[in-house]
Amino acid sequence: MSDASRNGKYRIVHYVNQFFGGVGGEERADCEPFTIQGPQGPGRLLEKLFREGNVDVEIVATVVCGDSYFVDHQEDVLRELIPLIRGYHPDLVVAGPAFNAGRYGMACGGICSSLQPLGIPAITAMFKENPGVDQYRKTALIVETANNVSGMEEAVRKMVRLGIKKLRGGEIEFPKAEGCFEQGIRKNYSHAEPGCGRAIAMLLRKINGDPFETEYPIPFFDRVDPQPAIADLKGVTIALVTSGGIVPTGNPDHIESSSASKYGKYSLEGLETLDARTHQSAHGGYDNTYANDDPNRVLPIDEMRVLEKELGFKRHPWYYATVGNGTSVDNARKFAKEIAVEMIRDGVQAVILTST
Amino acid sequence: MAKEIERAGIPVAHICSIITISQTVGANRIVPAVAIPHPLGNPRLPLDEEKEVRRNLLKKALAALQTPIEEQTVFS
Repeated sequence: MSDASRNGKYRIVHYVNQFFGGVGGEERADCEPFTIQGPQGPGRLLEKLFREGNVDVEIVATVVCGDSYFVDHQEDVLRELIPLIRGYHPDLVVAGPAFNAGRYGMACGGICSSLQPLGIPAITAMFKENPGVDQYRKTALIVETANNVSGMEEAVRKMVRLGIKKLRGGEIEFPKAEGCFEQGIRKNYSHAEPGCGRAIAMLLRKINGDPFETEYPIPFFDRVDPQPAIADLKGVTIALVTSGGIVPTGNPDHIESSSASKYGKYSLEGLETLDARTHQSAHGGYDNTYANDDPNRVLPIDEMRVLEKELGFKRHPWYYATVGNGTSVDNARKFAKEIAVEMIRDGVQAVILTST
Repeated sequence: MAKEIERAGIPVAHICSIITISQTVGANRIVPAVAIPHPLGNPRLPLDEEKEVRRNLLKKALAALQTPIEEQTVFS
């Protein structure tokens, strides 16, 4: 909820990059953050359109930062800018629109996402392919725009419509209806027609070849071509990776039992087996009793040693572990990419991944 | 994770309890495990039999790594 400030106007802080801040083009993308009092660049259109919508606003400050500077120093910049923005006591923060400018989109998304937990309404806008969308759609309200500045007026109009709703304390129930990217937040509501009726109606349309729209789009998982088979195991370095959460006792890296934000790399040097004294399960998604009693049941070190001697492959002296319980696809992908880079560097030729 | 490691150039055998998840997400070489709380074990068996179960599952995974495939394959 926001109260109009003492002079009756809503206070807005606007974030823009070096170009819209009037500093320069790509050659000034390294410019450090600074503040302009009042509106700058698209801020003037923003103010104008709010007033046309009968909402009196004042852009009290325009915060400017070079696109490259922001992404290269993100933590420091946010540490500086968030308190600075708060100091203006804004009723709303607007960032962008960034269109298809990737660094700008990341900066806008980063700022809005950092303000959200502080209870400061913040909105931004960008083109659907801007990496800022994938990165920040869940934590920031992002209006969809055209892919370049020719869509400025429409973008600002949409932002103003959304901004007015936010200023009046309105809940954004369905981001898509407000012209925003879906956030993937699930909210229960009652539908006049029961699901069975809607399902049958949808099926009939599908059978008849009529257009229909799914109520729930299923995420798309791409495919990777299988790697060629290993011809001969002798001398091949094989590594173990697990999403079953087997970690050294005490979980020294504090891998979360759900929605893991990290993975661990642990030494297998000198270990012929695992047991309850040395290892445990940190995974919160299955009954850990059996895994804690004998961690080999999830990370099979004992039998890998036996087979190593029998078949002649080499052990990789490290294993990688995370907890695959509610772990986001993005995180899993990120962990695996990093792990793969290390393993390639270390000469790993094959991996056995165990999951519960 | 199986897919990303494979994408980087390392063949992966995925021993997992819930095959459908592995298939949906797109792992290529899939080996069905025993059960969710003990994918490579069976606490109902005496230890030496349990170890044999584990060894055989690993052998399947190793065989999968040595098998040329064109598409997702479950090695059961």
